[in-house]
Amino acid sequence: MKHNFYMEPLTIRKEALGDIIKDLSNRGYRVIGPTVRGGTIGLDNITAIEDLPVGYGDRQVTGGYSLFKHERPYFFGFSNGPDSLKRFLNPPYQRLFAIKKRAKGFETMIYEYEGSPFAFIGIRACDLRALHILDMVFEKDPFYQAERKEIFIIAVNCIFPSNTCFCPSMNSGPEVKYGFDLLLTEFDEDFLMEVGSKKGLNAIEGVHHKEAAGADIEKKRGLIDSSSKSIKKTLDTEGLPTLLYREFENPWWADIANRDLSCGNCTMVCPTCFCNTSNDTSSLDGKTATRIRCWDSCFSVNFALVHGGNFRPSRRARYRQWMTHKLAYWINQFGVSGCVGCGRCITWCPAGIDITEELMAIRISGKRR
Amino acid sequence: MDKPRLAVFKFTSCDGCQLSIPDMERGLVDIANTFDIAYFLGLKSRKSTGYYGISLVEGSISTPDEIKRIRAIRENTHYLVTIGACATAGGLQALRNLKDLGAFKKAVYPKPEHIDALKDSLPISHYVHVDFELWGCPISREGLLEVLASFLRERRPNIQAYSVCFECKRKGTPCVLVAQGIPCLGPITRTGCGAICPSYGRDCYGCFGPSEDPNIKSLSLRFETLGLSKDEIKLRLAGINSYAFGKYHGKE
Repeated sequence: MKHNFYMEPLTIRKEALGDIIKDLSNRGYRVIGPTVRGGTIGLDNITAIEDLPVGYGDRQVTGGYSLFKHERPYFFGFSNGPDSLKRFLNPPYQRLFAIKKRAKGFETMIYEYEGSPFAFIGIRACDLRALHILDMVFEKDPFYQAERKEIFIIAVNCIFPSNTCFCPSMNSGPEVKYGFDLLLTEFDEDFLMEVGSKKGLNAIEGVHHKEAAGADIEKKRGLIDSSSKSIKKTLDTEGLPTLLYREFENPWWADIANRDLSCGNCTMVCPTCFCNTSNDTSSLDGKTATRIRCWDSCFSVNFALVHGGNFRPSRRARYRQWMTHKLAYWINQFGVSGCVGCGRCITWCPAGIDITEELMAIRISGKRR
Repeated sequence: MDKPRLAVFKFTSCDGCQLSIPDMERGLVDIANTFDIAYFLGLKSRKSTGYYGISLVEGSISTPDEIKRIRAIRENTHYLVTIGACATAGGLQALRNLKDLGAFKKAVYPKPEHIDALKDSLPISHYVHVDFELWGCPISREGLLEVLASFLRERRPNIQAYSVCFECKRKGTPCVLVAQGIPCLGPITRTGCGAICPSYGRDCYGCFGPSEDPNIKSLSLRFETLGLSKDEIKLRLAGINSYAFGKYHGKE
């Protein structure tokens, strides 16, 4: 995808981000950004820069996460937490409609999104790719589209990736190249700011800024290069999707199943896992029925329960379905991989299952057979 | 049309599940408007016998007399739904199944020969057919209302059996196991409580019983890396739902 910059880069003081947040709130946006929650950095409502996790960093390993304090008060000195944009654009619970019994016939009420448009702060390249993917998945979904269409995005170039990240393998980061209104690169003393849209330009009206010097652009380049180099984890995409179709009966799937908890955490934190279920409930008096859509997961046994039986009755079948969908079927379905290399499924797996290592094991044992 | 007759029965239990019905306040009004509450000693002393549409059964079977009583109830009810960990999994008192009942009797009672108890405390489903099992210690009120509404309309209850983690992640509750290294039973425990404990920063202790496909061995390995001994891990599972977890873990 081609670069998408609206004007020459600028530099702003770090505190000026607070002015932009206030301005966005005044324009009626619901501002969402990173904030410390229960020993993690989640995405939540932000009203001032004090709400941001200034000075925090995170350590992420397979099945482990912890926060620490940097010596410098970085605004974005951490990597992705468990939350992604899907929490807001495809919320975990969504009322779709209700049906009420009337004296004559029925009345149907379809729920519509009535909240303010979202402004997201601190979104990384991997999550912008995920947003692009969700746009394809929910192209014809009126509920997603209503929440999606007016959003404002302040992206950041990711210069503190975690040990579980592998975005370079998926060609989705760490550099932000498209899909933002404003883009920040954090230096020690200030931000390099790039403007990606007319909306972005309007939002920085009145914010004190300087034109960036050539040295600033070089500094950005250097930070992104060293960020990229610091990402050691890789996922070998060679031969996908056919590799996984060929290895459908590979015995390694059973080995994974021994460790798999069937808990669903990987799918819940995945920024592209979109599967949901619709639950109908009726009131005791039988006069009202409501349909609620909520996040589901292919790791739930009932997910594959249909009339006549369950077509994925084992953990082996369920894990295989998840990985094969993410890395293979997805390519046939949407033309791109479903994995953006954010590493969330690795960090948040209580059993410490690492998709990159399991794919490697499937690949190697497939060659041996 | 006559209102369907509802009965609530108690066996070996603490009453907490049945008392969640009067505790519902608004929900109780809805239940009273929808059902003829025919038998519910926790609510009214007048007993109306006969055939019941739905019987909610709380408590485990732990005496010979209770076996006779549950069989009689089964014969006189269309749907039988167990409510809570005792009725569904034998309850906390099923810990005795792991040990010698005689020794307990001797330690507690001066004349143990007067105590007429079964060796094991077992779920209702061990003795009679159960139409639906609602887990929890105690059950959730929303869950019970959903079960009543679904049986009334002859539809499948929207009660899920996957892990507590589903609920934590949907709610945005930080994972206490991954982020704090607390030995949480959430990954192998059935959802339904609304993931209350992790939302207060503590570990799930399995009060809704095992999830639909619990991998206890894998979670135990993770607990070992957190520094728990094999005995400590066993103790974590030996609680309210010991009998149900034991089915997967092997009785030890």
